Amino acid sequence: MDILLQQIINGFVQGSVYAMVALGYTMVYGILGLINFAHGEVVMIGAMVAMSVIQLLISSGLPPLLILLISLIISIMVCMALGYSIERIAYRPLRKAPRLAPLITAIGVSIVLQNLAMIFWGRAYHAFPSLLPNNSHMLSGAIITEVQILIVLVALGMMGSLLLLMHRTRLGRAMRAVAENPSAAILMGVNINGVIAITFMLGSALAAVAGMMVSANYGIVHYYMGSILGLKAFTAAVLGGIGNMRGAMVGGLLLGLIESLGAGYIGDLSGGFLGSHYQDVFAFFVLISVLVFRPSGLLGERVAERA
Amino acid sequence: MRNVLKRLLPINKHGAWLAFVVLTIVLLALPFFTDELFGRGWVRILNFALLYIMLALGLNIVVGYAGLLDLGYIAFFAVGAYCYALLSSPQLGLHLPFWIVLPLGALLACLFGVLLGAPTLRLRGDYLAIVTLGFGEIIRIFLNNLNAPINITNGPQGISMIDPIRFGEFSLGNTHELFGLIFPSVHLHYYLFLFFTLLVIFISLRLEDSRIGRAWMAIREDEVAAKAMGINTRNIKLLAFAMGATFGGLAGGLFAGFQGFVSPESFGLTESITVLCMVVLGGMGNINGVLLGGILLVVLPEALRHGSGPAQQLLFGKTLIDPESLRMLLFGLALITVMLWRPAGLWPSNQRRRELVTENDAAQR
Repeated sequence: MDILLQQIINGFVQGSVYAMVALGYTMVYGILGLINFAHGEVVMIGAMVAMSVIQLLISSGLPPLLILLISLIISIMVCMALGYSIERIAYRPLRKAPRLAPLITAIGVSIVLQNLAMIFWGRAYHAFPSLLPNNSHMLSGAIITEVQILIVLVALGMMGSLLLLMHRTRLGRAMRAVAENPSAAILMGVNINGVIAITFMLGSALAAVAGMMVSANYGIVHYYMGSILGLKAFTAAVLGGIGNMRGAMVGGLLLGLIESLGAGYIGDLSGGFLGSHYQDVFAFFVLISVLVFRPSGLLGERVAERA
Repeated sequence: MRNVLKRLLPINKHGAWLAFVVLTIVLLALPFFTDELFGRGWVRILNFALLYIMLALGLNIVVGYAGLLDLGYIAFFAVGAYCYALLSSPQLGLHLPFWIVLPLGALLACLFGVLLGAPTLRLRGDYLAIVTLGFGEIIRIFLNNLNAPINITNGPQGISMIDPIRFGEFSLGNTHELFGLIFPSVHLHYYLFLFFTLLVIFISLRLEDSRIGRAWMAIREDEVAAKAMGINTRNIKLLAFAMGATFGGLAGGLFAGFQGFVSPESFGLTESITVLCMVVLGGMGNINGVLLGGILLVVLPEALRHGSGPAQQLLFGKTLIDPESLRMLLFGLALITVMLWRPAGLWPSNQRRRELVTENDAAQR
């Protein structure tokens, strides 16, 4: 019983990180119909910048929470600038181009970012400085650390405020209008370029927070961490129905749970034939089976009719 | 044959035959020239270029003709390569001859293509992309982990000591002397790969002009309309997956025989994406474009690998940046600039270019 609970907790923590990154994919997809393959690298850059800032400040004697906050803000700002430039350089000129052209520039951007990170920070695994005391609590047999509690709380808070932003503000309405029908949105006086730029910046800000969360949770930063995380988050976004924000949240949490439960129980289920290293197979298998029965994802309302 | 030539070399009849003769001589002499001018390593790179061209042409059927975005294409390459490796190496103690193993690998890859195609027929666009991506990852993870409890694929270490490609007593693994010329092993492989590449080009061109090819393009442009015109979209889409996968499996078998060693590392997402880049960068749906993309994306990184270290020495007097990172950095920048400069690819097909213009005017949502 306590193993089950432990796996659920781990899955929930991992899932909230996936959900945050998946939101970045899904927001861009909803507005431009484009897979932003470079998003995973933005997460990585966010984590790297946060790590560097913390390392700079750690000996300054400031209170740990303040250091954490400063590094978070700087990392968010760097990532927002990055997201804006990616959109401006690699996607905006190609908005009327064939559909696969921006996919290739996205791949190009992600290769460039990955190698820039490798040049700046090196190939080694870096330890992410732990600022918060690593206290853990017992919860009827399962262990949950304070960092994990913080991750889940921050993620829930950010997702909640994002939903508020989308549904209660003028900006949110403009974003939804552009997603629904760009030409009509222009006619209604929406500054479509501005909205798209803001979407990228919002997604990148979420990515920065997610990057910090995932590296605080595992205590490791690496130039390659973005690709696999991005892949999982994209899977989560598709699982929930890409283009749909609630779908990304549900898909992210679900993918986290599936993965951690799969890793915990796949051995028992297959009679010891398959070990826990098959957890990714499990995740993709669930994705494929969901898509076979619901071709537009769990919460996707729009039928995927773009060729 | 004349039709094929006309498509590849868009010049008049006499010019086409002249070009054909020149091209034949150049292609036949290429490994010797390369060996003389750049060294043996570049003949090897040439061979890889041919393998990648085969892959790109296979993927071109799926992505370029039928318009189905496949991000896990390398899985079929892996299937072909592992089929060869398992049936023709000490791993399972089997040493079947190459002319059985290679078709078997292609057939198995074809089967996997149908296996992937069948559940994904209802998916469109990007949903299909993520499912194919997942499929590719699943294959790679299985190859990586099928060393326990029963050792089949030897896990991450991969399978080594694979038998060389052999025609009777004539092994491509050794140096041979023919017609007074010395043919090292890489040169022999070059000619074999050239033969298969030309075969794949020929099949692709004939397919493009056939009923099936037109059906693929109809599906790419508008699946509903294609269905209304009486095209059996299910079978035709499955056929695209199967054909593409077959070429992938063929290239995989050749790769295993040439390399003598396979490991799951050669079949990651990066490789799938590289092949996709070749197809899109060169010009989707156009054989010439795909050939250009394939050659460029194999030769460019290698040239950068050899050039980025010495160039830094020359400019700054020392190596400032790790050449490997610099190489990939420049590669990424090249991808971006080429796409910004020519969004439809370097060499798009005329027909496709016309279609894209109108399609985009209409697709302004």
